[in-house]
Amino acid sequence: MALPSPEEIKTLLETGVPGLRVTVLANGSPSAQHSLLIDREHGCAAAEFLRDHAELRLDFCSNVTGVDWPDTETTEKVKVKKVVTGADGVEQEQEVEETRKTKVPGYLEAVYHLFSMTQKHGPVVVRMRTANRTDDTHLPSLTPVWRSAEFQEREAFDLFGIVFDGHPDLRRILMWDGFVDYPMRKDYVPPADDILITGVKA
Amino acid sequence: MLGEGIIQGLVETARNFFGSYVEKDRLTTVQYPEERHTLPEASRNFPFLLYDGTDPEAGLRCVACQICEKECPPRCIHIEKSKDKKPDFVGKQQAYPVVFDIDVAVCMSCQICVEVCPFDAIRMDKEFELSTSNRFGGLLWTKKELAKPNEYYRKIHPVEAAETDERREQELAAAQAKAAAAEAARAAQTSASATPGEASGNGASAPPAKTVVPQ
Amino acid sequence: MSGPVVDDPIAVKPIAGPGEIMEVSMGPHHPSTHGVFRMDVRLDGERVVRLKPVFGYLHRNHEKIAEHGAYLASIPYTDRLDYLCSMTNNWGYVLAVEKLAGIAVPERAEYIRVIVGELTRFQNHAGLIGFLLQDMGASGTPLMYAFREREKILDLFEALSGARMMCNYMRFGGVRVDCSAEWLDEVRQLVGRLPRFLDEFESLLRANEILMARTQGVGVLPRELAISAGVTGPLLRASGVNYDIRKVDKYGIYDRFDFRVPLGDHGDVYDRYMVRLLELREMLKILEQALRDIPEGPVMDPKTRLRGLRPKAGEAYGRIESPKGELGFFLISDGTGNPYRYRVRPPSMINLTILEDMCLGQNIADVVIILGSVDIVLGEVDR
Repeated sequence: MALPSPEEIKTLLETGVPGLRVTVLANGSPSAQHSLLIDREHGCAAAEFLRDHAELRLDFCSNVTGVDWPDTETTEKVKVKKVVTGADGVEQEQEVEETRKTKVPGYLEAVYHLFSMTQKHGPVVVRMRTANRTDDTHLPSLTPVWRSAEFQEREAFDLFGIVFDGHPDLRRILMWDGFVDYPMRKDYVPPADDILITGVKA
Repeated sequence: MLGEGIIQGLVETARNFFGSYVEKDRLTTVQYPEERHTLPEASRNFPFLLYDGTDPEAGLRCVACQICEKECPPRCIHIEKSKDKKPDFVGKQQAYPVVFDIDVAVCMSCQICVEVCPFDAIRMDKEFELSTSNRFGGLLWTKKELAKPNEYYRKIHPVEAAETDERREQELAAAQAKAAAAEAARAAQTSASATPGEASGNGASAPPAKTVVPQ
Repeated sequence: MSGPVVDDPIAVKPIAGPGEIMEVSMGPHHPSTHGVFRMDVRLDGERVVRLKPVFGYLHRNHEKIAEHGAYLASIPYTDRLDYLCSMTNNWGYVLAVEKLAGIAVPERAEYIRVIVGELTRFQNHAGLIGFLLQDMGASGTPLMYAFREREKILDLFEALSGARMMCNYMRFGGVRVDCSAEWLDEVRQLVGRLPRFLDEFESLLRANEILMARTQGVGVLPRELAISAGVTGPLLRASGVNYDIRKVDKYGIYDRFDFRVPLGDHGDVYDRYMVRLLELREMLKILEQALRDIPEGPVMDPKTRLRGLRPKAGEAYGRIESPKGELGFFLISDGTGNPYRYRVRPPSMINLTILEDMCLGQNIADVVIILGSVDIVLGEVDR
């Protein structure tokens, strides 16, 4: 059975899970694997819907991973009217060019690649995003829906710092327990020497 | 019958044991180091640098383009380019590496340096019995240790080397033909420009050389 | 750090009174763990009541290394994931890059990929069965027979690619070097000899009473759990799920070959052993067809730039059926020369998710063979 298009899945999801917001993210590469961005509040409900829907039957969650999108800064030049005091002491309204920097906050993203073992189709790419990269890095865990997410979500927690709420056993998996920092983040700075530092960093 | 499966297995073991005396297919090991397998042509170990002729300095094919340094996955190559130039095998002036080091402790024998080299300057060696008592200096191979003559390459990779040699001979012939043509053209041009009132369009009637002010 | 604090890893309570739980740390230097892998086991007598796999001892952040390197520079690193099957690792990666950049592969290269891929699977399965039997106490003999045949396959790999294990052979857009007619003849001869090896290998232990007693009904993995836990490869098929990516995705040219997918019934260790033995026969069928049909032609797509490949911004997930299961590569390109995100979906690691479920209630001695039947390679688990 052919897999419905991402737009069709979006319609199915939005009718099936009340309150869920879905955005279809286009993929520019020739692979044309477009993804569905779902909001994190309804993550678990959406996952259950995708797994149990009679046509989709996405019972196999193949790949779970994190992606780090750091904060970006855009600079734009804007003309602003300002009152300027001239050299002769007279106040004058002038048009001044100003560079304004807008900070676009980054986020962490969890990407799920879903397939169906019964219908033999896929992939459906589902993404969820955290609010930012610092203090609110929570996402709902999909381990209760697909067991296969258990180790992979632990890995995303370990390497990216995404906290999966509802995960049964969220511990570091590849790095050791005392390790601080998240090595797969783009701004991670490795220690200067190659000597393994055990325990907690100062 | 209980134990039938075990007896069946023991029969197989016996067949293999006695078979190993007569069948080549059942005995694949050799008594190393007295006996050795011959390595296949494609076999590779660590890279080395090739030079033409007898002088490893003058004949070194490497022109220090540093492509291999950039492409090396574990970044184990270190090259320092020369300021001056020397002629390469077709007579073109090229830079050469002042320093060319490979840290074989880091090298993972992937052959990507060989693939990306446009000058046939680096190739893979087959020598695998390498050991050193010096952990740091002994595993850092310099230009002197890396440079090996083309004859050595012909010996270890005969098919590959024949192809490379043929291609290089063609390149050399093409370069010589080009040089000869250029020479002939220049000769023709000098005789032509000697004729008064005629100026050739390209380069020959260039504006007078600028006075170079020493700084 | 959030989450519960892990128990002291070295804590082994030497004497447990009646009804007391004993904690044993199996590994990381246990001979049966196939590498540096540890299992935190709690025992009630000889019965396992809890088992937590602990790994990461071999972690070198392969993904970060790949994100710092060019697309070409990652290929030799993929050799070192599942270091027994470098050819299929290469294949998984180049398939993902080909999807990402829209690269076509010449037909001859596809055939060579199938041939080396199936040879890899053969040597992996044969070796694994040897190791599994060794774990059961059949010390050496089956393993040495398997390694004898593996050796011949590795010799072929060396003649083709230059290295026995770290082949670094495939490239996006084809394969690095063409194979000669003599090489193909050698493969044909080997494939002709392998059925005799398989017959012997099967009769060596198939009907062995000890083997059956040790494996049947041990480490049962139910079908539903296997699907939910994302288990792939022979482990999944032994639980009766018909899911082989060679059949489902038909990547490469697998739709041209006639082969069957062996399925298990009970999902126990014996089924996993038998599924692999039967798969070995199917591989030979594929190899025979591929060697018969291989066409002449180029082996590299001439338009592909190996150096300085810059795919358009976008992403791709490519997956293959590696000997261990589904090996997937997820790549995000931002239009530059190195991938923005590079992710390996390691089948060995995900297959370990259900290790505890399979071991609960079993004897401690059976943990060894259950782990052996999962088929893990720590280079891939830890990355």
